[in-house]
Amino acid sequence: MKFTERSNTFLLPHEIHNLQMGKPQKKSLADKVRRTKTSTEIKNNPFEVKINRKKFEVLGQKTKHDVGLPGVSRSKAIQKRKDTLLKEYKQKDKSNKFIDRRFGEYDTKMAPEDKILKRFALERQRTHDRKDMYNLNEEEELTHYGQSLAEIEKFNDAVDSDSDSEEKGLLSAELTASHFGGGGGLLRKKTAGEKGNEGDQKQKSRQELIDELIMKSKQQKRERQNQKEESQVLTEKLDQDWKSIQVLLSKKPPKSENKEDEQKPKLEEYDMMVRELGFEMKAQPSEKMKTPEEVAREEKERLQKMEADRLRRMQGDLEESGGEKQVHWSADDLNDGFILDKEDKRTLSYQDGKWNIEEEVEKEEEEEVEEGGDDDEEEGESGQEEGSQSDAESEEENEGSDEEEGHSDLDSEEESEGEEELPPKPSSSLSEEERLAEQEVAKAELPYTFTAPENYSDLKSLIHGHSPEKQLLIVERIQKCNHPSLAVGNKVKLQKLFGFLLEYIGELATRSPPGLDTINKLIPQLCGLCQLFPAAACKAMQTVLSDSAHEMEEAIEVKGRTSFPGLDMLIYLKITALLFPTSDFRHPVVTPALMYISQALTKCPVTTLEEVTSGLVLCCLVLEYVTLSQRFVPELINFLLGLLHLAVPVKQSLGYPVVPPFRPVGKSCNLLVMRNAEGAESWSKKTLPLAGVQGLSLPSEVERDHYRLSSLATCLDLVKRCASLYKSLPSFDHVFQPIRILLAKHLPVESFPAHIKDLHREILELISGAPTLHPPLVFEKKKPIPLKLFTPKIVEVLDYGKKRGSSKQERERERLKHKYKKEFKGALREIRKDTKFLAREKLSEIMSRDSERKRKVKELFGSLATQEGEWKALKRRKK
Amino acid sequence: MATSTSSNVNMDELEGTAKKSSKNGINSKLDLVINNRKHANYVFDILEYLQADKDKDVVSAVNASKKLFCVLLKRGDLFVGKLPSEEDILSADHNAEQKYRMFMRHRYNICKDLLLELIHHESFKVKESALVTLMKFVSVEGRFPLLAKDWEEHYHFPRELLKAVAGQLLSENEDMALLISRFQEFLEMADVRYYIMRSISDSVVRVMGKAKGVILPVYQGNVFLLTSSICMPTQEAELSNFLVKQAAKQGDWKAAKLKEHKRAFEQMWICFLKYKLPSSMYKKVLVILHDSILPHMSKPTLMIDFLTAAYDVGGAISLLALNGLFVLIHQHNLDYPDFYKKLYSLLEPSVFHVKYRARFFHLTNIFLSSSHLPIYLVAAFAKRLSRLALTAPPATLLMILPFICNLIRRHPACRVLIHRLSASDEPCDDPYLMEVDDPAHCHALESSLWELQTLQKHYHPDVAKAAIAINKPLTEQEDDISKLLELSAYEMFERSLKEKENQAVPLELEVATQLLQGSGAVLRAHFSLE
Repeated sequence: MKFTERSNTFLLPHEIHNLQMGKPQKKSLADKVRRTKTSTEIKNNPFEVKINRKKFEVLGQKTKHDVGLPGVSRSKAIQKRKDTLLKEYKQKDKSNKFIDRRFGEYDTKMAPEDKILKRFALERQRTHDRKDMYNLNEEEELTHYGQSLAEIEKFNDAVDSDSDSEEKGLLSAELTASHFGGGGGLLRKKTAGEKGNEGDQKQKSRQELIDELIMKSKQQKRERQNQKEESQVLTEKLDQDWKSIQVLLSKKPPKSENKEDEQKPKLEEYDMMVRELGFEMKAQPSEKMKTPEEVAREEKERLQKMEADRLRRMQGDLEESGGEKQVHWSADDLNDGFILDKEDKRTLSYQDGKWNIEEEVEKEEEEEVEEGGDDDEEEGESGQEEGSQSDAESEEENEGSDEEEGHSDLDSEEESEGEEELPPKPSSSLSEEERLAEQEVAKAELPYTFTAPENYSDLKSLIHGHSPEKQLLIVERIQKCNHPSLAVGNKVKLQKLFGFLLEYIGELATRSPPGLDTINKLIPQLCGLCQLFPAAACKAMQTVLSDSAHEMEEAIEVKGRTSFPGLDMLIYLKITALLFPTSDFRHPVVTPALMYISQALTKCPVTTLEEVTSGLVLCCLVLEYVTLSQRFVPELINFLLGLLHLAVPVKQSLGYPVVPPFRPVGKSCNLLVMRNAEGAESWSKKTLPLAGVQGLSLPSEVERDHYRLSSLATCLDLVKRCASLYKSLPSFDHVFQPIRILLAKHLPVESFPAHIKDLHREILELISGAPTLHPPLVFEKKKPIPLKLFTPKIVEVLDYGKKRGSSKQERERERLKHKYKKEFKGALREIRKDTKFLAREKLSEIMSRDSERKRKVKELFGSLATQEGEWKALKRRKK
Repeated sequence: MATSTSSNVNMDELEGTAKKSSKNGINSKLDLVINNRKHANYVFDILEYLQADKDKDVVSAVNASKKLFCVLLKRGDLFVGKLPSEEDILSADHNAEQKYRMFMRHRYNICKDLLLELIHHESFKVKESALVTLMKFVSVEGRFPLLAKDWEEHYHFPRELLKAVAGQLLSENEDMALLISRFQEFLEMADVRYYIMRSISDSVVRVMGKAKGVILPVYQGNVFLLTSSICMPTQEAELSNFLVKQAAKQGDWKAAKLKEHKRAFEQMWICFLKYKLPSSMYKKVLVILHDSILPHMSKPTLMIDFLTAAYDVGGAISLLALNGLFVLIHQHNLDYPDFYKKLYSLLEPSVFHVKYRARFFHLTNIFLSSSHLPIYLVAAFAKRLSRLALTAPPATLLMILPFICNLIRRHPACRVLIHRLSASDEPCDDPYLMEVDDPAHCHALESSLWELQTLQKHYHPDVAKAAIAINKPLTEQEDDISKLLELSAYEMFERSLKEKENQAVPLELEVATQLLQGSGAVLRAHFSLE
């Protein structure tokens, strides 16, 4: 312990210097006091403490510098300068000095053995942990090259499997350790390991040691290689021995080996099976069978959902602003009216395994094909031949399908015949009997597969000559044979089929007499196709409408009026109502259709009973269109008023305006006026024939009167329906006022049959009630805009005392600037203090030197004085 | 069959040769007459051909006579001065030269008469060539006058001939539309135009004076066609194109003065409009009145009587008269009492259906754009228009709804029509009286525009949207209705087709199985498939 203390003091360099200085530094009184006093004492001494006054109290702020200890800090600073600056100053003009810290290096008095012992003890002490301090029976672990000897002995032979490179690495690591360790470790080991036998020997030089080390390592390596080779030879030998013995051991017949061979593939198969099963898709849990109630409930939910959807479309974007509907507003909604409408958005999806984007392309194709639709029949025939080939292809699918409903009477032979035969094409040149006979045959041999018609004439040739039921069946089969899921091109084919069917219906309607029955039968097919291809159906209907409207417009431009649309257009309009929802606020087909009807109702003058019929059909259609949505159609009211006006016999002093196309007076203004009173008695309510649009055969005046009464009854019924439909309109009274005046004052009700009288009375009751009262119009209430308030804007401040309102870079720049300033000032201060300190030191040096000189001078004077005195005394004594 | 075709061919050949020969004959005779006075009598043959049956012969004869008499006129081979009758020529003693000239002059007169008759020929080709020939004569005669210069006159124009042509054009029995349109090219010449205008006035006075108040539709139609095809110049400098170039200075010639032109134009129209017109004619006149008649009159105020009378007729004619009246009120300080009252009474359901709808609403918009109109008047118009809108077709509704909104915007006091705060809860009946013609007494200001509220349920989406605008305070900016004025139903139809083409098409929920199925089943209730 003594040693350590001494060595510690010895190792402090400045103390060496201090010692060298000879005289210890003089210390100020304050320093002395401070050293002796404890810090608490200092802190409590009011003379030591300087309190930094705070301007305001900030809650939760922790200040470091509220209390300063100037004395303490000053003495600290002085002390520090003494430790550093003063030393530098003292050594200013002096050359460096090497300080050897080795124990007893320059001690000549000490024996070298003692020196080494001492050093070893010191090193042990340094490595000795504190926890081992009381470990009395701890044996020293002996090491060799840093490894404990015990361990080396344990795993002596375990190195053989290691590769050379690893060993090299190990060796080199050791070498490097010894090379770069400064030799200390090497020396130490030596002292540790060879303490006993090499005690007397002189210390080896470093070069010798290294050479030795290299020699040793090479030797070791060689030894290890030898060992390894030996062990390899041995193991090989052992293997050979084992093989020879193995043959002896396995005395079993070779069959077993074969068996094993057989078993192996078996196992593989099994493995494969297992693996396959493992990789195979797991059976997906299918939906459980639904009970009828569940099915019904789902259906109901579906219908409800669709109905809600319909209502939404009916209201359009008009009533979204209406308050009654609770609309969910997303928190992210910007309230800018932008609504992502799921229904209207066209999303990329797969349809029949294709992107729905392709539809447009296909549409174009379709148009192209339609352009070339008027090809001659040869093409059609070749198409059919192709069709017969494809028939064979699609046979398999059709065998499975259950389309033979209702045709179980056809046996398989006929079926096969039918498949071979093409659909018959009766030519017009054939005689009636032949045609009939052929039809009979054709009926019996209706084929089961049809090719989709490429053009309209194809379809006609397919269908021609069949009864409506058969035609329906043919169309149905075409549709089934060419279902979009069966082949790629089928979709286009069926889309075209829709157009052809429409055309066919138009042609049926223009025949006289019109084939309304067939049309009626074809409706489900048309609907089915429309459900499959809404876009194509929409396009086809739009084309039909726009063609007809264009014709109408041309007529209007030339003559200012036009004739009523034909039966085909009426049928088309009706089909439009069947295919598309008429209650939508805006619909690509229904809105144009309504516009078309409106145009017809305002521009077509009514001069014949046929035109009355057309007009009535149109009115019915309009009413059907708006029944659900209850929308207001002024043209409808105008037209009905005009029709009633046609039944007014006396046209003087009308109290109501007549709107074009009707005129207050003029020819055919008495179209619906009864000619004879007898007609009224024999009349009974009948439905009007749709074919009446094309032409009526009413030879006698009485029949014509009957027809007039029927029309009038229809008209009145429509008025009644309108009245109940528009009851809720604010201007209901004004809308129906002309009709009210006409019915009440001008229509000769007395001469009409009871049915019409009833109708008349009911309508008047409906429309001539007390005028409905309405509150005056006011703007919709809207939320008041909140007043502007002058509350201060609150900004959260997280970092007090820092400049704000600038960017991060600027703030960083400011910070650095400030820091630089602070540092700069601090450095200046320090430099000043340093110079002050140095000056003080110099002064004290000079003072001390002066006082020394003075003292010496004084001494000299004194000695001289004594010398003089002695001399004088001697002189006196001499005297 | 074969024989018949061959005979046809023969016939054709024969005819062809005949035709050729007749044409050749005319031409050869023409040459003879022109070149040699000995063959002067061939002129009879040529004139005879003018009355031929075949159109081609007549046309070639017309051409021949044109050539012949033009040459003769230029040569001076026609007698100048007062022409004695043919008998006198024989009796009086004239030398052969004079006799020849007199003879030719007589032939020329006969030729003119024949040509004037030919204007009523069935074939348009003949008519046309006759007309052109006559106008050629007019131009040549103007240069080589046939009147003796016994008194000092510098300006020669064959007025009589032109008057005769005009008289033929304004036929009382035949519609001369095609020929008049052919004649239009001559009307571009200032002198022809001037003298034609004068002749028209004379003709109208003569013919209509004789008719004594009876309408002559054909004649008046012809007159209208001719008068309306006159395109008046606007500046003096434009009077540079003349059929007859006058040798003397043109400055004093009446036909070269714009003022005189205007006077003649004005007189012509006033003469024409003085008499009763068929109603279609009325409309035609009124349509062009403001544009091509009033600006060219020296005193447009002379038309006031005509316009006020037309305005009082009612219906479409009143609507059309509005335009002329507007010009007079706007540019000529016409003060028309009860103008707005009259305008108010013009608003009828038919206003939305007539052809001149756009023009009418354009003018009404202008008339109602004044900010000095009394509130009751504007309110009455707004209310009446919205009441009428209950019967209007959608194309008109799209125009009339912004129109009403604009009225309310211009006159903020009218806002009570769509926003009445006082006693807003009490329902009341509409106090507006549609039947009262006086806007001051119709109580429009006490009413609200419930009609527009009704139209919010209109079947057409755009109309419903336009009507919904009254639910909120109107924007400051007025809607521009100029584009909507001409909107036709067909345009709307086209537009509705084009909209939303690339969106998914919603389909009907329930799949139909029968034709007469459907919502309400209205059709099934009244019609059967049989």
